[in-house]
Amino acid sequence: MAMARLWTGMVVLSFFFAALSGNLSLLGPAALEGASAAVQLCISMAGILCLWSGVMELMNQCGLSSLLARAFRPLLRRLLPQSSRDPEVLAAVSANLSANMLGLGNAATPLGIRACRAMARGCGGVASDDLCLLVVLNTASIQLLPTTVAGVRGALGAADPFDILPAVWLTSLVSLAAGLAAAKLLARLYP
Amino acid sequence: MSLSTLIVPALLCATAVFAMRRRVDAYAALCRGAEEGLSALVRIFPSLVALLTAVYLFRASGATAFLGRALSPVLTLLGIPPETAPLLLIRPISGSGALAVGSELMETYGPDSHIGRVAAVMLGSSETTFYTVAVYFGAAGIRKTRHTIPAALCADLTMFFTSALAVRVLFGS
Repeated sequence: MAMARLWTGMVVLSFFFAALSGNLSLLGPAALEGASAAVQLCISMAGILCLWSGVMELMNQCGLSSLLARAFRPLLRRLLPQSSRDPEVLAAVSANLSANMLGLGNAATPLGIRACRAMARGCGGVASDDLCLLVVLNTASIQLLPTTVAGVRGALGAADPFDILPAVWLTSLVSLAAGLAAAKLLARLYP
Repeated sequence: MSLSTLIVPALLCATAVFAMRRRVDAYAALCRGAEEGLSALVRIFPSLVALLTAVYLFRASGATAFLGRALSPVLTLLGIPPETAPLLLIRPISGSGALAVGSELMETYGPDSHIGRVAAVMLGSSETTFYTVAVYFGAAGIRKTRHTIPAALCADLTMFFTSALAVRVLFGS
């Protein structure tokens, strides 16, 4: 329903604005243009997206994700002091994060849900500090190769679709740190 | 030649060699992953059609420009291009909506322009906050989410600011 509201809101607001500014005649062509732009975009980004999804899957099968998961454990013990005592939760969380890093959303979500369920046991519907932190970790992006964005850039003729990587890594790191710091600080304000 | 032009061939090569040493069937894994990429594309395609239509309508009506003008004093102060205002509003709410808005920005201003790069970095370094919170807390049966949303939005705000800053510093503008 949220998406229905968003979409309806955008379309109705567009009509309203166009009527106000006398641009109503531009709307019809714009709608058709938008729909065909979506088709073009999808077709021209398909190659790069499929290739990199393939490479990420290959890295996953080579054991890179379990390597990453092992590397995360010491860090997670500090970030989630309570729940990381449960080895099952620690395993699920570190696998969730490594799948996120490789951009394997389909693998990351079920692992994250498994960890959340285990962490929420016996808390009566109130999120614990650790659980809030895990969700904040998942709302920040830690994907190493943003393949979809690179696909769009490639489709639109960027000279080097991946030249944004250092900027993406820097931004992800800084915003992740801000999210974690905010979660630790705000936890005291919400009993 | 920059580092990033080497990333693609080097990653392909290193992964292939590593897979051979680990005796993983590289070709089968690549094809399986590519298939998953394709099904992800098929999943986002219908919503991209719907949302890009709405985004083009929004731009043609002048609402996008209005939004940019309304938010421009604050955004300029933070060094964020005011043209990205619609992306800031939609990013935490809808992933495919943000992809539609972001690709429209990249198309209009060019993928290698300052605005195009800022939009790309914003898309690449964030997740759909509200969707993620809903999925995880919904599955865990949590009703009181406490400080999760304020903290996640803190990260998003930092992300918008840092995206613009990083592009300015790393690419010059």
